[in-house]
Amino acid sequence: MQPKSVLLKILDVLAIVLLGVSTYFALVKAPTELVMGNVQRVFYFHIGTAWTALLGFLFSALLSLIYLYTRDLKWDRFQVAAIEVSLVFFLITIVLGSIWARPAWNTWWTWDPRLTTAAITELIYIAYFMLRQGIDDPDRRARFGAVYALIGGISAPITFYAIRLFRTIHPVVIAGGNPEAQGSFSMTPDMLTAMFVALIAFTVIFIDLYWNRIRLGNLEDQVEQLKLKVMM
Amino acid sequence: MFLQETTANTTGYMIAGYAIAFIVMALYVASLYIRNRNLQRDLTTLEEMDKAPAPPAARRPKTQPGKTAKPVTKRARK
Repeated sequence: MQPKSVLLKILDVLAIVLLGVSTYFALVKAPTELVMGNVQRVFYFHIGTAWTALLGFLFSALLSLIYLYTRDLKWDRFQVAAIEVSLVFFLITIVLGSIWARPAWNTWWTWDPRLTTAAITELIYIAYFMLRQGIDDPDRRARFGAVYALIGGISAPITFYAIRLFRTIHPVVIAGGNPEAQGSFSMTPDMLTAMFVALIAFTVIFIDLYWNRIRLGNLEDQVEQLKLKVMM
Repeated sequence: MFLQETTANTTGYMIAGYAIAFIVMALYVASLYIRNRNLQRDLTTLEEMDKAPAPPAARRPKTQPGKTAKPVTKRARK
């Protein structure tokens, strides 16, 4: 395995620094919301992780198309990496949303359209890894995975637009005022700043983890090739 | 919550949320590190096995006359 490039090392450090800066903005700089209190502060990480995860799922669908066109296993590795990191980020989104919902809605979970589509999206991509585990042949595994990720990619825009298309109690904080929403709030300039810092921070963290995961995928491939060589 | 006049004390939920977010991210970074370390070990072992001279009989799998070994990962070698 090739040693880490200087750029990746810089990105590693930048990701840690930005995570710290984003936490500072969310916990210190942003004002306390008058009704909900401090629990509203989880919103900054909630939206940062949701943004990168949904983009990651869409990106993986694009990578699936490229793989199906080129049939180069490199694109399969890129796709697996994007889905894995997005899956972790989306898990954080769902858990943070649930923690916010407890004091705001008086329940940890409700089968609201946004929560339901989010849960389905997470389950679709967990099943993606289960599907891959069941196939030994790398070409077949990559082909099936690409088709699955391409179809699964549809769930990302559905989840994003669920609060705009259906009657829902989930607040539409950005570009929307949902009269049915419970727990919506108006953002002050400091809150907006904290939100944009979180969006930038999680985008950089995502790129950093994605790059590291691609390197791991390359190493896995190297080991698999060497195993075959030794066995023959 | 929305009919009250004072700000709700929800600090505990906030702490729980941030703690879980950091724990999940830390666990993922740790999993990347552990998988990387294990693969590096595998790679070293396999490289040693590849360099070591194998007995003549073990070098190639026996195939029946007229049949060739099926290349399992033809594309994977790209």
